[in-house]
Amino acid sequence: MELADIIVKFVLVFIIFAISLVIAMYSTYAERKVAAFFQDRIGPNRAGPWGILQPLADGGKMFLKEEIIPTNASGFLFIVGPSLAIMTACIGSAVIPWGQKLTIGSHVIDLQVADINVGILYVFGVVSLGVYGVMIGGWASNNKYSLLGAIRAASQNISYEISMGLSIIALLMVTGTLSLREIAEQQHSWHWNVLYQPIGFILFLVCAFAETNRTPFDLPECETELVGGYHTEYSSMKLGFYLFAEYINMFISSAVMVTLYWGGYNYPGMDWMAAHTGPALAPLIGVGVMFLKIFLFIFFFMWVRWTIPRFRYDQLMDLGWKVLIPIAIANIVVTGIVITLINR
Amino acid sequence: MNIFYFIAFLSVFFAILVITAKNPVHSILYLILTFFTFTIHYILLNAQFLAIVNFIVYLGAILVLFLYTLMLMNLNKESEPVKANFIKIAAVIGGGCFLVTIVASIKALGASPAVILKDPSLGLVKNLGKVLFNEYLLPFEVSSVLLLSAMVGAVLLATKDPKTV
Repeated sequence: MELADIIVKFVLVFIIFAISLVIAMYSTYAERKVAAFFQDRIGPNRAGPWGILQPLADGGKMFLKEEIIPTNASGFLFIVGPSLAIMTACIGSAVIPWGQKLTIGSHVIDLQVADINVGILYVFGVVSLGVYGVMIGGWASNNKYSLLGAIRAASQNISYEISMGLSIIALLMVTGTLSLREIAEQQHSWHWNVLYQPIGFILFLVCAFAETNRTPFDLPECETELVGGYHTEYSSMKLGFYLFAEYINMFISSAVMVTLYWGGYNYPGMDWMAAHTGPALAPLIGVGVMFLKIFLFIFFFMWVRWTIPRFRYDQLMDLGWKVLIPIAIANIVVTGIVITLINR
Repeated sequence: MNIFYFIAFLSVFFAILVITAKNPVHSILYLILTFFTFTIHYILLNAQFLAIVNFIVYLGAILVLFLYTLMLMNLNKESEPVKANFIKIAAVIGGGCFLVTIVASIKALGASPAVILKDPSLGLVKNLGKVLFNEYLLPFEVSSVLLLSAMVGAVLLATKDPKTV
């Protein structure tokens, strides 16, 4: 690898991190505005015009709050918990293809940090690692409510990972590759995978809600039963990290869903656009389209949160084990039969 | 090669911490780190698929379950049973004998020549799939059906009404 390539990769990593953090910041603002809209309120409007400086004010508040480590907490792990949560949230973005290859002059820039040939499995691995932040933090707090939240998070993640994996298997049978770049390229213009795998997409969506601990699956921090759940004992920026990790997870899982099922950076009429705008501008329009889709998904996450009430814990387990897994297996069987019939 | 020695040192180091840690939860956390270094070993061997599967299955599922169970059991110093002295002495003698046997057998074996793979890209998912589905199709399919039937059986047991069993 040449030095120029390495610098380009570093710049790309930096940009993606910055974008993830800014989107996570403004997701908190968007969430409050969306909630206000659904509840016929105004929402934050004091800091700056329309309240757009609200996330900065919140961040400042988080940093300046007193840092409390409970006496009986296990000190080191208490800090490791939120650090791990935000780290696992951030590393998922490494394999997502953000756009087609960008050509500027003679330089070809790949808008993806790492094109590894097991991309989907990497995302899956990072998602399953995400639960450690919650578990370690909840256990280290040495608080019954935190521990219950951590245990709920663990069992919920394991249960929903199974149906998530099974829905990915059906998708892999259609695409025939594990590389996210190739999956994105196969969905050229309007051949989006959601048209071939609608049930698989719905399964994946439900599991993504469960894995990111969003309502209706936010049992680990269910405040009506567990005070604050796994982050009951946390204050200051360590609490901020947990909340931030949730929003970054939301952004990354939206990006993964867009790439796997909704065509990634592809859109109908992209060939016409490429012919008329040139090789430097067309990929950037693709990136814009991808982010538009991601924002729609983030809005969907919020829409669901402010519409549907939380599940009861036994309902959550029933849904995971008795509904989603049988549907996912049936989906694999049907996909296999259809592929065999078409290829004959 | 230097990376290998560094990672191998870390593996052994964390493995020792697993058994010396006083707190069972800390012990599991060290076990997680040990398995993470195994993942790096697989990547060094150019076995990307094995690395990521090790990552998902061990780090993402099995050790989460371990941690989950240990957190529920609430083991701590106060509730730990105190072992009798003669058991400790017996354990030390037994462990010492095992160590002597291991060292002696390794000494008798001598160093094996380094294995050089004919095809270094064997561990990539495409080649691995070809090997599995061409040469080992039957055992592969049988084991996958076995695993699937275990899961289906678990779900079936859960959905059944306890009164009718």
